[in-house]
Amino acid sequence: MKIIIVGCGKVGETLVADLCHEGHDITVVDKEDAVVDLVCDRYDVMGFAGNGASYPVLMDADIENADLVIAATGHDELNLLVCLIARKAGHCQTIARVRNPEYNQEGHFLKEELGLALVLNQEYASAQEIARVLKFPTAIEINTFAKGKVDLLHFRIPQESILDGITLYELHEKLKCDVLVCTQEREGQMIIPNGNSILRSGDVISIVATSEEQAAFFRKIGLKTNSVRKVMIIGGGEISFYLAKMLLRVGIQVKIVEKDLKRCETLAELLPHATIIHGEGSDRDLLNEEGIAQVEGFVALSSIDEENMILSLYAKAAGVRKIVTKVDRVVFEEVFDQLNLDTMISPKKITAEQILQYVRAMQNSYGSNIETLHRMMDDQAEALEFLIRDNFGHVAIPLKDLRIKKGVLAACINRNGKILIPRGGDVILPGDTVIVITSLKGMNDIEDIFQN
Amino acid sequence: MNFPMIGRTLGYMILFEAAFMSPAALTAAFYREKSVIWLFVSMVICIVTGLLLVLLIKPKQKRIYAREGSVICALVWFLYSFIGALPFRLSGYIPNMIDAVFETASGFTTTGASILTDVEALPHWLLFWRSFTHWVGGMGILVFVMAIIPLAAGGSTMFLMKAESPGPSVKKMVPKAGQTAGLLYRMYFVLTLSELGILIASKMPIFDSLCLTFGTAGTGGFAVLNSGCAGYPVDQQVILTIFMILFGTNFSAYYLIVTGHAKDVLKISEVTTYFAIIAGAICLITLNISGMYPNLGLAIKDAAFQVGSIITTTGFSTADFNLWPSFAKWILILLMFCGACAGSTGGGMKVSRIQVAVKTVIKELDNAIHPNNIRKIKYDGKVLDHAVLRGINVFIVSYFLVLGASVALISIENMDLETNFTAVVATLNNIGPGLSKVGPAANFSAYGPFATCVLIFDMIAGRLEILPVLVLFSAHTWKDGEFLGPSFGKERRKSKDQDFADDLMI
Repeated sequence: MKIIIVGCGKVGETLVADLCHEGHDITVVDKEDAVVDLVCDRYDVMGFAGNGASYPVLMDADIENADLVIAATGHDELNLLVCLIARKAGHCQTIARVRNPEYNQEGHFLKEELGLALVLNQEYASAQEIARVLKFPTAIEINTFAKGKVDLLHFRIPQESILDGITLYELHEKLKCDVLVCTQEREGQMIIPNGNSILRSGDVISIVATSEEQAAFFRKIGLKTNSVRKVMIIGGGEISFYLAKMLLRVGIQVKIVEKDLKRCETLAELLPHATIIHGEGSDRDLLNEEGIAQVEGFVALSSIDEENMILSLYAKAAGVRKIVTKVDRVVFEEVFDQLNLDTMISPKKITAEQILQYVRAMQNSYGSNIETLHRMMDDQAEALEFLIRDNFGHVAIPLKDLRIKKGVLAACINRNGKILIPRGGDVILPGDTVIVITSLKGMNDIEDIFQN
Repeated sequence: MNFPMIGRTLGYMILFEAAFMSPAALTAAFYREKSVIWLFVSMVICIVTGLLLVLLIKPKQKRIYAREGSVICALVWFLYSFIGALPFRLSGYIPNMIDAVFETASGFTTTGASILTDVEALPHWLLFWRSFTHWVGGMGILVFVMAIIPLAAGGSTMFLMKAESPGPSVKKMVPKAGQTAGLLYRMYFVLTLSELGILIASKMPIFDSLCLTFGTAGTGGFAVLNSGCAGYPVDQQVILTIFMILFGTNFSAYYLIVTGHAKDVLKISEVTTYFAIIAGAICLITLNISGMYPNLGLAIKDAAFQVGSIITTTGFSTADFNLWPSFAKWILILLMFCGACAGSTGGGMKVSRIQVAVKTVIKELDNAIHPNNIRKIKYDGKVLDHAVLRGINVFIVSYFLVLGASVALISIENMDLETNFTAVVATLNNIGPGLSKVGPAANFSAYGPFATCVLIFDMIAGRLEILPVLVLFSAHTWKDGEFLGPSFGKERRKSKDQDFADDLMI
């Protein structure tokens, strides 16, 4: 597809990197010359410096022949304007990144009447992600598929677990659990394991299972799955607000530490059931006083990445079981990994991922059948959910007879809402959705998983 | 410095040179020339070395940066000149290797300067190869290969394109570098074919039309007759004049025409200025030389041919302009410096650079009168970025430094000043003939091996617009290359800890 991306901040650049990798023709527009030059040097794209909402600039970027315009600047109104002008100037689809929840109400109007696709509210999406992780504290990351019926859980195998040193074949015999290990990551290297792969303590593995099987599995391997009951949040921004609301709803106690008195008062008004503490989040005595050692969950959401990391390390030392760290500039991921802090959340990355899902979904109309896409393990792997159409060429052939590419795993089949963990004898039927885990990139169709 | 990546890219490029040599074999088959065996020997050498490099080197890191881009580009051009010289040397038609390299470098850089005194003595296949190097070099070797295979990972191909493409700043026409290269070559191909067709239609022998077309397309200037282009009828000379000027035009003008924006071509000030300069120069020279010709028509024809040939840096000649009055000669020398448009196949300093340089001078003049005046230099309606201005200024300075140094170096051989000066000007700007002893009726065979080497350097430096070649020869490029990132720091820290531990022991 021919894609124009307006605005090359963190979100824009992530999009450029991913979409470029998938082989799209990309033109970027940003008002800073230097940013455009940088992006053009790093990726095989064409760049224009200028205001993306101005008609001549969009004409330069060949809006007439573009298939899609993504407005990803930091300003909601500018993004909306870019999309409106792009709609009128060309015949393209448009996606606007909009953060302000006030536009949420008009979402329907904008979508229907003006023909814009909106990616709304990165704070809400981030909060959702954090809440999901907190509800299931052993997991590092959770991806959901099949409209929430299937979870792909990533967790680290603890020291002296019974999983240490056994192969996947043995795992199935020993535990008698219907779970499938999808990915295995050791020292930053990700593989799609087969039956002979050996698990070790410290590996990060991801598993697919139905909720009942999950519980049984974690009980058998001796991991506690009871969710956290007390959470401390540092920083009282928008994400905190959404997160607190979500957690309170499921009966988790929330304590928010915020340094701005006014904001504290607002929060206290909006969240009567939460404990709002007015104080500096990086004040050690304050944290101890408020019982950092007694909480099960700790979420660092201050606006400074470095402070979040330090606070998380302190919480880890204090023995908090589940720690979530917000990091905006995800540049030195390897360093973060070494800190051994389980979950890192990057709102901008989440936004980029949401937009990517839109783009993928858009490709549906161009013949691709992707329902959901998740990037995992620092983008080393993808989990894709494919819809099987009637013209699928491998109907009713047992999986063990299909020639599936190396590095691809069919992890789950959703047949009319029933979840199957596929074994060699299972078949794929039209109407199913199939979840595929792969270390290969740029898959657009279920047929891509088979060898030619 | 990513040496494996450089090695592998060079390997691919050498394989492509073997492919470039193959059309010459067809000519030999047509004329039944036995000496073509040496062409095959050269091709085998290419294939073996190329395959060895490609198969043995497995780069771990595929990303290259500006530094590697410049080095690869400059190395490729030197390597191509060396390998392309093998058929000349092995077949014995040019007995001296340095002369053979000069001839090939002159071909690839589309200079068209020759050390051969008797061109007609060469077999057809060798003449074909000599002219074909013009066509290959015209649009750029790396650009051609990039259109076919992705040479490097991701956006880093842009560094290769930047190093090879003529002009102050490189703009893509479509988002992908490979597609842009393909587009350029398609336009180049169409223009080449149309010239070939028209020349054949005008009853020029097919072999001559092929070679002259390659010469004009790449703005090179190798002819197949000792008399240059003077021996062809007037109508064919006119055709050549028109196509020389067309190939010296910025190719983005053709892209605009192809995409249906023909009107916007007039908005490219470089193209309009280019045509204005041509028209002005033709008028001035015609006035100056009209006394030497029986009628005005002939004077205009020769003036136009020579102006077109020099400003596009082709270097064909129909008249011995060495005999023209000195005003006309000086105009031609000025045109040599000026050169063609950026984004064309021509050489020289490029019209757009001259335009911007003149604008800079006017701005500085203004500032001298009104010191607090704030003025921005605009070009084609857009304010020029400081980086582009700096690039142009640096180019002009380094250009004249190389020019001065080269004239000094070749002066050691004791030729007259006019010969030395124009020899360097003609090679650095990729034109071909200079004045006096290197004039259109003479050639470069008078120079000894050392001066020939200097001129080879000038040709390649001129084609790649100086900086990539200077980067190649700069010690800094090779020395402080490796900064290993985290492990580098770790090792340092470890040794410091060691020191600390040692201190404690005492």
